[in-house]
Amino acid sequence: MPLVKQGHIVEDRYIRVLDDAPIPDGVPVIVTAERFLADTAELAAREGPVGVLWPNNRKVAELEPWLGRVALVALTFPKFRDGRAYSQARLLRERYGFRGELRATGEVLRDQFLFLLRAGFDSLEVTKAADAEAFAAAVSTYSVFYQPSTDGRLAVRRRRLPPQAQATGREGEEAGQRHFEPR
Amino acid sequence: MYLYDELDRTLVGERVAEFRGQVARRLSGELNEDEFRPLRLMNGVYLQLHAYMLRISIPYGTLSSAQLRMLAHVARRYDRGYGHFTTRQNIQYHWIKLEELPDAMADLASVGMHGMQTSGNVVRNITTDQWAGVAPDEIEDPRIWAEVIRQHVTLHPEFSFMPRKFKIAVGTSRHDRAALRIHDMALQMHRNGAGETGFEVMVGGGLGRTAFIAKTIKPFLHKRDVLSYVEAVLRTYNQFGRRDNIYKARIKILVHELGAEAFAKEVEAEWQSIKDGPLALDEEVVADIASRFRYPAYARLQNSPAELAEAPGGDRRFEAWIGNSVAKHKVPGYAIVTLSLKPEGGTPGDVTAGQMDAIADVADRYSFGEIRVGHEQNLALPHVAQRDLPAVWRALNAIGVAIPNVNLITDIIACPGLDYCSLANARSIPIAQEITRRFRNLDLARDLGRLHVNISGCINACGHHHVGHIGILGVEKNGEEFYQITLGGKADENATLGTLIGPAVPYAQVADLVEDIAAAYIELRERPDELFIDTVKRTGVEPFRERVYAAR
Repeated sequence: MPLVKQGHIVEDRYIRVLDDAPIPDGVPVIVTAERFLADTAELAAREGPVGVLWPNNRKVAELEPWLGRVALVALTFPKFRDGRAYSQARLLRERYGFRGELRATGEVLRDQFLFLLRAGFDSLEVTKAADAEAFAAAVSTYSVFYQPSTDGRLAVRRRRLPPQAQATGREGEEAGQRHFEPR
Repeated sequence: MYLYDELDRTLVGERVAEFRGQVARRLSGELNEDEFRPLRLMNGVYLQLHAYMLRISIPYGTLSSAQLRMLAHVARRYDRGYGHFTTRQNIQYHWIKLEELPDAMADLASVGMHGMQTSGNVVRNITTDQWAGVAPDEIEDPRIWAEVIRQHVTLHPEFSFMPRKFKIAVGTSRHDRAALRIHDMALQMHRNGAGETGFEVMVGGGLGRTAFIAKTIKPFLHKRDVLSYVEAVLRTYNQFGRRDNIYKARIKILVHELGAEAFAKEVEAEWQSIKDGPLALDEEVVADIASRFRYPAYARLQNSPAELAEAPGGDRRFEAWIGNSVAKHKVPGYAIVTLSLKPEGGTPGDVTAGQMDAIADVADRYSFGEIRVGHEQNLALPHVAQRDLPAVWRALNAIGVAIPNVNLITDIIACPGLDYCSLANARSIPIAQEITRRFRNLDLARDLGRLHVNISGCINACGHHHVGHIGILGVEKNGEEFYQITLGGKADENATLGTLIGPAVPYAQVADLVEDIAAAYIELRERPDELFIDTVKRTGVEPFRERVYAAR
């Protein structure tokens, strides 16, 4: 399954560790939420980045105290049309200020890419190779957006105002945070 | 009218290009039907019994004459010469070919129309009063708020894959003409003690398998908070709405299972953390959107001009029409004219391409080029000078849409039913057609007074049968079509669900039963002007049941 990160197909450095398997040192690992919450101290002490695979039916608020020690959060889309993780992603980015890698896993198809980026994801485990290759085209489908979001693009209702009013609004402040530049 | 600018037009154009690519991938086999389904459903494309169906959104029910002409063009060029207006300010075409869909959409895009938000598990077309901007009892034009919300939820990155569809309606008049309380979320404008206007927020209304009237979770929301509050409701629903069972996935079930109070608390907590963020509405942003609504330059006219004193050629039908289809306008000397799309033996809400063109012409000449679409599946001309009413009547009568049966028993709301829909258990349209024949005598229909008949061909309730004064629901029993009848439902500010009157009856008996109900009403009413709905409320359904089922 190709991994698209910052707009490029890259090799996945992370190793997924099943619940009871020993955690290797010195390499980036992704563990399940249960494992992570059970072994928080152990994981914090080890060398190497730690990622957590967070289910879409558990509040991300539970993860908040640990976000400073987590390099990656992987959220899941068990099905294309199960969109709970979009809300989780926005909460992680916008409310809890998570700056690490935010990865979409599960059924991740071309037609979700732009929504995912705008919700705050910056890496995608894409289901189909052809979709991963079409990434650049898929995310440049639109140039106009009606909502403010953390990808830094101004919402239409702000773009319509005179330039000085665009910058002074609350949305202007938030536009400082950029996770991904599509072009 | 709301005027699209370059940004709105760009987005609609980009949408068409994207959909063209998706259709190409489907036709080449790169996408299978399972993968294509959610994509087409984000563009109003359904697969029905016989063909693809395309649903086009008419935001807050406002159409320009140019848009209506384009709808006529699409009907002629890509469909079978007609379109069908739905109960949610949309139009549907039932015979579209997949390979022609992108071209049809491109044609529609040229007048700012599209199928976004007409299907899929997203926020659907925001609906409102079809008399918006012209109703005398209106506090402010609701379309500005409908448009503010419409823009925000269009291709929303967080809420495009919710548990189920989400319908929002906005009302700003004392009388609810938009069936607010059967929506997933409804905003009703009020003026508070300080003279400020804001919205009462209701959630969890809806019909279908489990019907609920919406419950108030916020009695007064300041206008600056509309978007943040909508966002908080949607975020709560997106995370916690059920996804294990399609029939329990609407927000009404979540609100019901949690309780309205607990749900309101969840929303409140979410809202508190976002209300002062980027979604707080600056006055300049709202003013900018409001400035894109154009209002007619009305002439200074008097009410009841001399032209109205004499009917054209002394025609009684004109007087009947004036009494039935013409409503008060907030500007002196003007009127709102409803165009009944419920002819005898017709399909409720169907309009031919020829009628659409003719109505567009009448609108250009007499209604500042504007047409409205209401949830009752009728159209309206919102700005007709009263002195022009005779000419307007002649023009509308010539194309069969000056039928003076608005709000009468033959002004039936019906879903497409088993004639088109793959979900239906029973036919709706032929039932409606038969009822219009039984009550073809206008004097009889008028004597029955205001009486809403709503017909759904299955439990999904697209014909809103629960809130019909007489509700008719088609079900299937051992491979045959049967119909359950309810009485006493209403969709207005006092929304109520109807009560079942007795056992379901077979197809052939439905019209007889409706006639018997009408006869029972005439017998039971206290005075000739006691409305059907008031009689049912006073007596309950029991005396109706006795009379109607005695001989069955």
